Amino acid sequence: MASSAKSSAKSTAKNVKAEEPKTETSSSCSTPIVPKYDAATYNGEKYRNIAKKLLKKDDIKKLYRDMLLCRRFEERCAQMYQMRKIQGFCHLYIGQEAVAVGTIAALQPKDLIFQTYRDHAHALLKGISARECFAELFGKATGCSKGKGGSMHFFKAETGMMGGNGIVGGHVPMATGAAFASRYNDKKQVSVCYMGEAAVNQGVFHESLNMASLWKLPCVYITENNLYGMGTAVERASAEDQLYKRTKDAYRIPGIRCDGMDVLEMYGIMYEAAERARNGEGPTFLEAITYRYRGHSMSDPATTYRNKDEVSVWQRRDPMARLQADYPELLTEALINAMDEECKAEVQDAIKFAEESPFPDASELWTDIYLDYPGYPGPGQKG
Amino acid sequence: MPEITYREALNQALSEEMERDDQIFLMGEEVAVYHGAYKVSQGLLEQFGDKRVIDSPITEAGFVGLGIGAAHVGMRPVIEVMTFNFAILALDQIINNLAKMRSMSGGQYTMPIVIRGPGGAGGSLGAQHSQSLEQQYVHIPGIKVVMPSTPYDAKGLLKTAIRDNDPVIFIESEKLYNTKGEVPTGEYLLPYTADVKKEGADVTIIAWSRMVTACALPAAEILEAEEGISCEVVDPRSLSPLDFDTLIKSIKKTNRCVIVEEAWPKASVGAWIAAELSLRAFDYLDAPIVRINQCDVPLPYAFNLEELSLPKPSDVVEAVKKVCYKS
Repeated sequence: MASSAKSSAKSTAKNVKAEEPKTETSSSCSTPIVPKYDAATYNGEKYRNIAKKLLKKDDIKKLYRDMLLCRRFEERCAQMYQMRKIQGFCHLYIGQEAVAVGTIAALQPKDLIFQTYRDHAHALLKGISARECFAELFGKATGCSKGKGGSMHFFKAETGMMGGNGIVGGHVPMATGAAFASRYNDKKQVSVCYMGEAAVNQGVFHESLNMASLWKLPCVYITENNLYGMGTAVERASAEDQLYKRTKDAYRIPGIRCDGMDVLEMYGIMYEAAERARNGEGPTFLEAITYRYRGHSMSDPATTYRNKDEVSVWQRRDPMARLQADYPELLTEALINAMDEECKAEVQDAIKFAEESPFPDASELWTDIYLDYPGYPGPGQKG
Repeated sequence: MPEITYREALNQALSEEMERDDQIFLMGEEVAVYHGAYKVSQGLLEQFGDKRVIDSPITEAGFVGLGIGAAHVGMRPVIEVMTFNFAILALDQIINNLAKMRSMSGGQYTMPIVIRGPGGAGGSLGAQHSQSLEQQYVHIPGIKVVMPSTPYDAKGLLKTAIRDNDPVIFIESEKLYNTKGEVPTGEYLLPYTADVKKEGADVTIIAWSRMVTACALPAAEILEAEEGISCEVVDPRSLSPLDFDTLIKSIKKTNRCVIVEEAWPKASVGAWIAAELSLRAFDYLDAPIVRINQCDVPLPYAFNLEELSLPKPSDVVEAVKKVCYKS
């Protein structure tokens, strides 16, 4: 990338290499705070410029508001989890918002997204209301999956939110299959497959990318590299930890690293990758470097494998502060405060809605399994 | 009625259904240029082109998962696995994605896919290529399991499975592909109900897939000729859903039951059927249900050991005599 672009005081996270190598010594965690990434192929400014050219003032405001809504939504998730209104596994996305907000904003409404179990933000951004999301978390009949999915399984067929999937990497072939269907029927519909960085070591990731490239399927694969698969640092799990390098020689799929803390860059890079897919040029693999401020799930205090200094380094690169720094005159404190009040109210309303909604009727235990199965569920079954 | 092979019957079903609906595509290893490892897809590439008849890489989890993704967005894929031994590699896709998507989403998706190919022993293929694994699928709510034993059933049931909006695991048999039977020329569909393959009065023999023609029917002939025991052979045809009403109706008539299953005995479909029948037809049974299975060992290659392990008509004869208290 152009070195002049790096000199901007605002670009706190543009080039991860520029900020290393501050190595933490006071903790048992020997992992460098920022992984050693090669900046040679990094071209963030190109994608920021695409976004700046395409996005109008209202779009920028919406990007900020979307990130804020996701953040406020999940802060209340944590609170509701502690109150045991939400149970089971619950994985928060706080810190990573720029990836989902930037990339989904760059898609067309007809495009499909397949997400992992860390799916609250993606759902909110892909057409599921905060009410339907919170109702799902509370296990209520009014939830986006009728209370049958839970935190990890948010779906909305009509808006193209294809889950919410619980097995690491397990959804990658499905996203590929949806892209196959799009190409088969010439729908110009892009299938976007999000995954954590740990998923790239699963067999189906490689099986899928091979087929997607072979048949030039309109699929964008994006790994949200938040540096840890649960508590295992990427360099402890991946022999080639510069993940974007893994697809070009193996599958002839361009791999591009981007700054997952920069919503503009995420917008620009997805815009370009989706256009490639739509134009029949085949799949792209994106590696967004990002960070989750919270633990892997609500049961993980994130104390054994990283330290507070590391978290605070990344919090100083917060994607909302970053966007505000890019547009200080547009994103004024007054505007941000007003948006914040709106988002908090929207989330509060969603919680109230979820609280007041009924649990699924007992008869729902036996619905939605098959369309037509004579004799189902068979005699002698409980419920 | 013309006599055709089981293989040709499946081929006709695929051809007719693909002709009817352009959202059906066939994908799998060697299905196109090679015409299918077992030639079930003979001629389909020429008939429908390479857009709809697609050779996949050897990547079972990948292409089964791809088919599931295509069904997820409304297509009707037919995915051929070269054998169900290889589908083990795709079990995560089948169990965690295919069987769950409708339920987990609160009924937002239908998954109209057929995953088909041969199961069971093919003859001296060794331990990794000879397994009967239908119980893995029957166990899972959200998918159906169909296993035809004759050319007539194969065609009618495959057409039904392809039109089914629920996912169907369709298990054929390598040793049945060359068997012949009468198949009508016109279009017909078959329901997922049990079929009485031979009527009889004294004992009900329940068997499916290859066990019907390789074990149950030959045993019934021997028993009738040599022992004067009249056997009714009932083929469930579909293991999930399973038509217990027809099985119970037969037991009410015969009061005795033998279950013949190619798979291993532990935690098997036969074990489930026996448990259900013991509960639901207890008052009509004059003897405990006896099950015939292959021996509880990985199937050896040596011809004599393989023969020793797999169920054979003489095993069924012994079992029938036992439930008749004639052994």
